Amino acid sequence: MDQVGWLVAEATQIAVSKTGLTSRTYILMAVIFATLGVASVTSIMLQRGERWTIESAALKRFNHRLRIWWIMFAILAFGFLLHRLGVVFLFGLVSFWALREFITMTPTRRGDHRTLFWVFFIFTPLQYILIGLGNSPPQWLAQGRIIDFYGFYSIMIPVYASLFIPARIAISGDNKRFLERSAKIQAGLLICVYMLSYAPALLDLELQTSNRMAWNGSPVTVLLFMILIAQLADVFQNAWSRLAGKNVIAKDINASRTWEGVLGSMITTGLCGMALSWATPFSWWEAGVMSMVVSIMAFAGGMTLSAIKRDRGVKDTGTLVQGHAGLLDRIDNVCFAAPVFYHLTRFYFSAE
Amino acid sequence: MNLLQWIDPKKLTGHAIVLLARLFSGFTVRWVDCQPETCQRIYFANHTSHLDAVVLWAALPRHLRAITRPVAAADYWSKGWFRRYLAQSFNALLIDRQEIKVHHSPIDLMIREIGDVYSLIVFPEGGRTSGEEMGEFKSGLYYLGKKRPDLELVPVYIDNVNRVLPRGEFLPVPLLTCITIGPPIFLESGEPKADFLSRARSAVQALKADEG
Repeated sequence: MDQVGWLVAEATQIAVSKTGLTSRTYILMAVIFATLGVASVTSIMLQRGERWTIESAALKRFNHRLRIWWIMFAILAFGFLLHRLGVVFLFGLVSFWALREFITMTPTRRGDHRTLFWVFFIFTPLQYILIGLGNSPPQWLAQGRIIDFYGFYSIMIPVYASLFIPARIAISGDNKRFLERSAKIQAGLLICVYMLSYAPALLDLELQTSNRMAWNGSPVTVLLFMILIAQLADVFQNAWSRLAGKNVIAKDINASRTWEGVLGSMITTGLCGMALSWATPFSWWEAGVMSMVVSIMAFAGGMTLSAIKRDRGVKDTGTLVQGHAGLLDRIDNVCFAAPVFYHLTRFYFSAE
Repeated sequence: MNLLQWIDPKKLTGHAIVLLARLFSGFTVRWVDCQPETCQRIYFANHTSHLDAVVLWAALPRHLRAITRPVAAADYWSKGWFRRYLAQSFNALLIDRQEIKVHHSPIDLMIREIGDVYSLIVFPEGGRTSGEEMGEFKSGLYYLGKKRPDLELVPVYIDNVNRVLPRGEFLPVPLLTCITIGPPIFLESGEPKADFLSRARSAVQALKADEG
């Protein structure tokens, strides 16, 4: 028995040292865990006592979100134990599922079938393989050269896949709504795969503070920070729109998003980011600015997905095919925030 | 005994087929005014893809799957050992579409095969349609209902499977699909064939409208 315990301890030790998790990561995860816990307890209490007259529909939506956040948290926590490649792989699966929801939602024709096969089984895995190779490809591939695959994965989909898709559709010989169909598939691949893949790409950066001092934390914490802030931005936008919302931005796209919500969310998310700056290489004001940027991008993502859904006449990607979680609804903010966050971090807070 | 059942390669292939169908078609099953019960039934559905029979079969709960046989075209499913083996694994009832004779009609074969245990999955449109518009129903369903009035005729609408694997393609694209199973209908006494068939067809179509 004792030996088993020792082995487990040893294995955890190795896993931890390999992922480069630091105490910062654990503290940040504990904070998220506590927040989710408090939210869950509150929601259970609200369901029990009906003294508060809260619309049950809103509570139901909140519960649904909460469940998805727990799942996301569990997946991330599990992924972190699996080294960088584990996280890349998990994000690959998320991309695959999101793309599945996206393409299911947008009608394609029979002529698009082979193109879709390429998109699902060639481009999506390839993008994540390139991210996985990152700046330290194995010896047999690099052969003594120093290769950073950033140069390839940052253009593979926007250039090569974008050229391939219309050409492949043209070869299939169906000319009906040709441009529209290629644009749909390109947009799906860009949003669900390319944009999201910048999130695990963060793990490849050698982070430092803005005054070029080495930072001893792990990039995992920064990834966690980005996802947390993006989710918070969504919550705050909802809350502010409910509390102080007056000027709806675009009624035909989304009737519940207001300018007050966007502004309120920017400020509160910024404050939250400042409070969490200890987890990142950013100073307090830099963390605030980064959070504000993430908040704006989360808003942009939400609006874009709303527009796509309205165009198709569905309310949630989850109700499109009943019973599915509507993953795309929860990660549209991360999809839009990830590339901007990545590039800002790369330019200002990384050694490369 | 139990162990032997697990080792049975056809059973294992059956489980693998269910798993693959679930992964590739990501189906959701909705029972609308209908419960998954073990009484003898004829599930009739729209037909747009080779995967339809497999997906619908896989979508049933396990205890129903064991007693439900999809009716499939013999000319497709008995070509080559692999397809034949697959068809056996999901317990398909193969019907020869080319050689239909009066005293050897597929309806009699189906009724003989199901006995008083099995349920069937049939596609009354005959062949696969493009997926946009449902074809007219062939009369087989009517004769099934006439010869065995005790069978529950259950309409099923299969959505999006034609996008997973359209006609003439062999590589599936894993989109999300939805299977809606509706309330059973019965052949009224003295109901004309054409009336019944159009009623059955609109029962399937109603499930399409029900969606969303």
